[in-house]
Amino acid sequence: MKTPLILKVINGLGLVLLFIIFAMPFVWMASTAFKTLGETLTFPPVWIPESLQWANFAQAWNSGPFLKYFFNSVIVTLFILILQFATIIPAAYAFARYQFPLKNFFFALTMICLMIPSQLIFLPVYLNLSSWGLLDSIWGLILPFATSAFGIFLLRQSFMQVPEELLEAARLDDATEWQIIRKIMLPLAKPVLITLALFSFIAHWNDYFWPLVMTTTDNARTLPLGIAMLRQVEGGAAWNTIMAGNLLLVVPILIIFFFAQRHIIRAFVYTGVK
Amino acid sequence: MAEIRLDNISKTFNEDRVVKNISLTIKDGSFTVLVGPSGCGKSTILRMLAGFEKQTEGDIWIDDKLVNDLAPSKRDIAMVFQNYALYPTMTVKGNIEFGLANRKIPKKERRQLVEEIAEIVGLSDHLNKKPDKLSGGQRQRVALARAMVKKPKVFILDEPLSNLDAKLRTQMRTELIQLHKKLGTTFVYVTHDQVEAMSMGDEIIILNKGMVQQKAAPIDVYQNPRNLFAAEFIGQPPMNVFDRTAYEGIVEPVPEGVRYIGFRPEHASVSRTAASIPHTIELESEILTLETLGAETIYKVKNRIGVMNIRSFSAPVAKDGCCFVSIPLEKFYPFGADKIAKPELDLSMKKEAVLNGIG
Repeated sequence: MKTPLILKVINGLGLVLLFIIFAMPFVWMASTAFKTLGETLTFPPVWIPESLQWANFAQAWNSGPFLKYFFNSVIVTLFILILQFATIIPAAYAFARYQFPLKNFFFALTMICLMIPSQLIFLPVYLNLSSWGLLDSIWGLILPFATSAFGIFLLRQSFMQVPEELLEAARLDDATEWQIIRKIMLPLAKPVLITLALFSFIAHWNDYFWPLVMTTTDNARTLPLGIAMLRQVEGGAAWNTIMAGNLLLVVPILIIFFFAQRHIIRAFVYTGVK
Repeated sequence: MAEIRLDNISKTFNEDRVVKNISLTIKDGSFTVLVGPSGCGKSTILRMLAGFEKQTEGDIWIDDKLVNDLAPSKRDIAMVFQNYALYPTMTVKGNIEFGLANRKIPKKERRQLVEEIAEIVGLSDHLNKKPDKLSGGQRQRVALARAMVKKPKVFILDEPLSNLDAKLRTQMRTELIQLHKKLGTTFVYVTHDQVEAMSMGDEIIILNKGMVQQKAAPIDVYQNPRNLFAAEFIGQPPMNVFDRTAYEGIVEPVPEGVRYIGFRPEHASVSRTAASIPHTIELESEILTLETLGAETIYKVKNRIGVMNIRSFSAPVAKDGCCFVSIPLEKFYPFGADKIAKPELDLSMKKEAVLNGIG
């Protein structure tokens, strides 16, 4: 059936409108990051600054121990990703492929974890970590996220789609369970793995709430906290500096997203192996 | 080289007994075909043999070695799966050498083995392609190559031709027979297709409801079916079987102990006129349908006994209307009430008791 032209035009306009709504805050952030303080306050607002104020970035970076924040952010996110994959992959494989006592019970438990809002359990987790002496430490930021119920669920679905014969063929080929995971399951689940990594990376790179609760000194603070603290610099809010800091925060995400987008799309239109 | 022995094997899935006390020996170097309708337990037997399922009772021996608790990879068998089960993310070469690599065979030796096998199955030009770039026949060859390269004692093939089109299937059938001759390894082949079973097997094992119905050479199964199931399963179209009451007034008297009497469609003949051949019953019949297949014609006719199929190798006598069907008495297969063949109750001995069925 051929779509009438008028519908195509409406469809196109709708998409443009959505794009503008989503893109505007980003454009505004990027534009403000290059403005002078004066330009951020003028009305009507200017979109394109007269000259690009690169100094804003230096100012944002130098207004606190940003190297330390950046380093903390990298370590925390990296370790979370490593630990999550180390726990998600075997768990998903076991849930997808093994029969063991209380399997459904444990899976239900995992699903329940997915449904509980994190705000509900932050207090007990905080007290727990406190009793272990992990407050204001990198590990206190990492350990609560050492696994992901969502990750287990998503990867299990992906592993369940792999035909049983493939595993049997591999077992006849002398493959160990670990080799089956590494050589057969993971390559087939690549789009899902990349998507998971990306979701997790974005969530923990941007996470503001948990580091705010856990940290009391610059020792373990991460970038989002540093950026938020820019607002208190020199009394008033220097929006150009804040936006420069925000831009620094999102650039790594944009870079990674750019390289991974092909796989993300595939993960959601994935139809399995024929 | 290996003889396989199943000793009183049973398999139960949730109270459901799918394999019932099967004992059989698969001869070393034979091409043995397990054939039967779906749900007869043939795949379960195969999977127990491979070690993917554990039998509920009984022992499995491969070459005097009890393999009950041996992992699949330790049984020295290779399997070709129905849907090939090629590793989709690996190239053809990767697929073939995966098993070798896992056995820690040195790279150089591996390459040589892979190249040799690829040459045999005609895949040398495709070694670096992924399975999704191959045709059905090529994938089948990769699956064969992957099994062959390990030089197993036993080849297990689970309906390997069912995903191919008719022409390719016939071609692969001959190739598999040749391959078996060349390798001399024991082949265990599962199929539901009786044509495959008849054409490929040295020995065929007919299964139904988890039990062996007959185990014999193909020609033997055809000529001397042991029971009604084997008689009706082998042959296309299947044997015409009727209750003894249908023969009343035609074969007199039907011997005591005979409950069913059958005859093969190709043993009856159709003609326009009555011929009155001795030791043959002749029935006036009405032609219901006619299938012309070139070399042969298959009639479906109706007469006093009932509706039956006749397979004739001469030109069709008529499209419809009346005809005469004659069946030589020596070609009748009598079966008892227990559905077991009773060859000793030969009907041709009763020739003096035969009435002409015309009228």
